[in-house]
Amino acid sequence: MANKSILGVFQEVDEAVTAADSLKDNGIEDFEVLTSTPYPEGAFGEKPSHHRLYVFPFIGACLGFSAAILITAGTQMAYPLVTGGKPLLALPSMFIICYEGTMLGAILFTIIGVVFESRLPRTGKLAPYDTRITEGYVGIGVDVPEDDVEKISNIFKEANAADVHLEAT
Amino acid sequence: MQQRVELTEREINRDLLRPNLTLQLRFFVVVAVCGAIVAMAGGALAYAIIKGVGVYGVNRPVMWGFIIVNFVFWVGISHAGVMLSAILRLAQAEWRRPATRAAEVLTMFALGTAALHPVLHTGRQWRTLYWVFPYDFGRGIWPDIRSPFVWDPSAIFTYLSGTIMFVFILLVPDIAVLRDRTTGIMNKVYTFAALGWRGNARQWQFQIIAGILLSALILPVFVSVHSIVSWDFAVAIAVEGWHATIFAPYFVIGAVHSGVASVITFLAVLRWVFRWESYIRPEHFDALARLMVVVATAWFYFLVVDFAMGFYTGEPAEIALRYAQMGEWPGNMLFIIFMATGYVLPIPLWLLKNVRQSPMMMFWSSLFVNIGMWLERYILIIPSLAKKQSLTFAWGHYAPSPIEVMLVIGSFALVTLGLVTFCKFFPIIPIYDVKEGRAFEQHIRIGKVNVPAVFREE
Repeated sequence: MANKSILGVFQEVDEAVTAADSLKDNGIEDFEVLTSTPYPEGAFGEKPSHHRLYVFPFIGACLGFSAAILITAGTQMAYPLVTGGKPLLALPSMFIICYEGTMLGAILFTIIGVVFESRLPRTGKLAPYDTRITEGYVGIGVDVPEDDVEKISNIFKEANAADVHLEAT
Repeated sequence: MQQRVELTEREINRDLLRPNLTLQLRFFVVVAVCGAIVAMAGGALAYAIIKGVGVYGVNRPVMWGFIIVNFVFWVGISHAGVMLSAILRLAQAEWRRPATRAAEVLTMFALGTAALHPVLHTGRQWRTLYWVFPYDFGRGIWPDIRSPFVWDPSAIFTYLSGTIMFVFILLVPDIAVLRDRTTGIMNKVYTFAALGWRGNARQWQFQIIAGILLSALILPVFVSVHSIVSWDFAVAIAVEGWHATIFAPYFVIGAVHSGVASVITFLAVLRWVFRWESYIRPEHFDALARLMVVVATAWFYFLVVDFAMGFYTGEPAEIALRYAQMGEWPGNMLFIIFMATGYVLPIPLWLLKNVRQSPMMMFWSSLFVNIGMWLERYILIIPSLAKKQSLTFAWGHYAPSPIEVMLVIGSFALVTLGLVTFCKFFPIIPIYDVKEGRAFEQHIRIGKVNVPAVFREE
């Protein structure tokens, strides 16, 4: 049986919390809360999400450092020119470029991590969505079997939803 | 401080998106004026390329002139932007909300403009690629990583890329707000740039983490970049006044001084142009001014130590340099203006609450600081080179050529053009950040007064 996406749009935060509580009372734990601003984690009773974002900067830093070592040591080895009897590899200079390479890698991979963990980018039509969400309304989206659509719609309406959108997934 | 006005989310959207959603004549006027100045600077650059660097005022031994002075100035401006934003984010300072993006965007355009300057200075701009890009373009010779002129591009590239990514990732939720309020081609552009943002809990969670994590990562880069710029000078062991161990922290704190001042100037202009009195409030200027008092005094301490240690050596060359910086014309006049505008006038003013809370006074005092800080870079660079060195056969003075003056003016127009264009297409005040502040704000009664209190998640 095909699933349907339902989005309840609520003007007040408390109405959205009531709807979320009713969903959980009806055995639906997996729902999505859409807001215009970050609310404290668990404000709507949604499930906490796990992530591995903190791994990304470390991977990026290692890759950046490796690339910088390759460039700095490699370029000096490629054209060996002893200057003033000093060692061929100028460590203080290498340290500076390696530092920048490490930080660049860490920042770049943090961005990649944030985009990846946020499940972005999403292409195509945004479903379900309501542009009033960026005006302060709160959306609660849930994927349910077609048979449960009416029940969920009623839950949203009982919680005083300003609108209920229905779209196929 | 109870200057907040109750606003709904719809009103916040309306106010903060007004520059993005409406066409205003003044935008086109500013773009036309700045564009014309940039075009004239482009013409001056073309002339310099055709004729060679002889059209610049630089000559032996003063081989670094206005363009390098301006480079250090813009790098300095760029530094405090993200520094300010990052520190305030990490400290979760409530008053950060309207200031962070303005600071970050200022960094982006100031740093991009700064990065152009060494290229403008070289005369044969295309050859800079050979000097800095890690590739053996000819005869198997690679860039010399022992040169600060390779450290500089690597640091600036890291900082500029990091800043652009930082600005973009924190802009995505606000681009989504624009996406929901536009039609036609602009809607398509914003839809693409919003990456499919919906505002679910997971996406917000990573926005918050990104703000803090990237702030923590970009702060050490900020410190490193201006340190490396200072080493452009400090590793030159033959130039009096440059070869100082204090240069790196002195440059960093100087950058913070001029950068925070430029953020204040920018915020005052935004408040006046867009009538954002409810968002950029006197309390924000007050907090920034308090910060400036600390930063300016720390910078002044480094300045005094730099000069005092110079005099303490008692070396004739060092004394002669300090005399050139402070005693000879035009150094003495520039030094007086620099000290007056950079420290002596603004600091007593910022000790007064009325001044700190006056956007107009903060605008002028912060503008003065940057006049002073531009002159500081001039005093630091030119007299040091103009003095006779032990291994040079020539010494003399420096006078900027009209081409150099045009390029400097063009750089200001370029940064202004960038800022104005950004403000036209993207919200310069983070909408979701302002809304978050409102959502978490409660009024509590203490004694006989109601005061706004903001709570936050641990």
